[in-house]
Amino acid sequence: MNGYIIKRTLLAAPLLIIISFLTFALNHLSPLNPAEVVLRAQGVPQITQALIAETEAALGMDRPFLIRYADWLASCLRLDFGDSYITGTPVWSLLGPALLNTLKLTMVSVIAILALSVGLGILCALKEGRLLDRSVRGVSFFLTSMPSAWLAAMMIWYFSVKLDWLPTSGMDSSAGYILPVTVLTVSYAGIYFRIIRSSMLSQLYEDYTLYARACGLPERKITLRMLKNSMQVAVSVFCMAVPVILGSTVVVESIFAWPGLGALTVNSILGRDFPVIQAYVLVLAASFVVFNTLSDLINAALNPRLRKEF
Amino acid sequence: MRIWDHTTGKVVVYNSSFQVSQGRCLAIVGESGSGKSVTCRAIMRLNTFKMRQSGNIRLNGVDLAELSEADMRRHRGRHLCLIMQNGMRAFDPSSPVGSHFRDTLWQHYGWSRSQITSRMAKAMGSVRLQDPVALMNKYPHQLSGGMLQRMMIALAIVLEPTLIIADEPTSALDTLSQYEVMEQLIALRAETGCAMIFVSHDLSLVQRIADDIVVMRDGEILEHGTTADIFSGTRHEYTRHLLEAKQRLNRNFSNRMGGLQHVDR
Repeated sequence: MNGYIIKRTLLAAPLLIIISFLTFALNHLSPLNPAEVVLRAQGVPQITQALIAETEAALGMDRPFLIRYADWLASCLRLDFGDSYITGTPVWSLLGPALLNTLKLTMVSVIAILALSVGLGILCALKEGRLLDRSVRGVSFFLTSMPSAWLAAMMIWYFSVKLDWLPTSGMDSSAGYILPVTVLTVSYAGIYFRIIRSSMLSQLYEDYTLYARACGLPERKITLRMLKNSMQVAVSVFCMAVPVILGSTVVVESIFAWPGLGALTVNSILGRDFPVIQAYVLVLAASFVVFNTLSDLINAALNPRLRKEF
Repeated sequence: MRIWDHTTGKVVVYNSSFQVSQGRCLAIVGESGSGKSVTCRAIMRLNTFKMRQSGNIRLNGVDLAELSEADMRRHRGRHLCLIMQNGMRAFDPSSPVGSHFRDTLWQHYGWSRSQITSRMAKAMGSVRLQDPVALMNKYPHQLSGGMLQRMMIALAIVLEPTLIIADEPTSALDTLSQYEVMEQLIALRAETGCAMIFVSHDLSLVQRIADDIVVMRDGEILEHGTTADIFSGTRHEYTRHLLEAKQRLNRNFSNRMGGLQHVDR
């Protein structure tokens, strides 16, 4: 198992390097000249060719592409993503706190989604085809198909404006979490609940559950065994849910004025703030790799057959 | 007993009835889909939710059909033991096989871990499994189908049930493992003196192990008699057809093998 952990972790390194290269290269395919962006952001009235050349030199843009990439990568490893073109402050001072806020929202939501969908998934699989199963599936289908923006607006209108129970926006108190977490949970739990339910169901008719029953094992123990086997699908799905939600909270964040990655990236994209965009893409892509590796490691711990493959 | 699919209303097994006495082996023979496995699972009350059954299942004077689910669970394993068709799929793939033995034996007898290991090791030795303690720590995918099948037999030896139901225990195995498993099943009967229901579509295996035979087709019992009667002079056309099909295959096989006469399967 230790050997597997080391190999699997080392395998993530080349992937991260490729991702970083693509991130860097994609930004340079953009037709906009970064030097011009910087000058505009500084409010320079007359942008001359000489001025652009001067700024390019200051930014180090006149050096060869690969050298700039190597430089950028080396500083990224120290969490130094350069300075923002617009505010002039280090990118990490903008991105770090925003990432932390989004991560808080994401983790709380993922835990809520996990609890709800695992609980309901198991329950519905064990009661397959009965009233409980059919009604939970119906409600989840209904809730999942509601647009999250509309749901968020309705909830603000009812719980914050009409009843005045919860804050409309911001993350000043823990009550501020309730609405955005609920919206995210409602939009995603329906999908993940189905995955858990169907992977539990596929275990229900496996020979080993029949044999365990035939040997007189109690249902509680059989359910635990089924859960352990069906968790392998769930673990990969939930590990990937973290980066997926991390990248898609933009809508919910902007409705609830959550000071997270969503607001930061939208502003950076509109302002052509390349260093921030680059850092955002890199962090998000890296989180996919990290969580994917994590899910492989957890699965290997759950499933002895996977450990042999390396 | 009668078994039907409650969602479609289709009857899978019509009023079928048979009995097995202590120490005897009853074979249920028939094509796939004839209702053999469903009957076996009905005896253990383990058919899926949509399968419903009616009728009596008497074991030593106790009607299993009347038992509460908890009492039925206590009967399974302890009094009724199942040997599955595919050993590779009968054990939890993410736990060592030993954990299944420990759970089962602890459930029925409350033995300690060391007691269970020593009893299982002895039983596994008697079905000719080498190094039983190491085998118990292995995962199912690290063992062969024949080994897992013999492990199920070993568990049955330790459990000492009243009735063993072997549902096509050899059809997933190669000929050599098939031979070994059959030997162990015959030895198991001799050792425990239990009754056995042996489900198969392989008549030569049936001839070796069974005392009585039930022939099933499309959920109905066509014929019921002792092995000698059925093999010497069957009355029913379908059974004759089954026997002839087998003989034809054997003839064909021995012709191709150059007239070897000792082939009898």
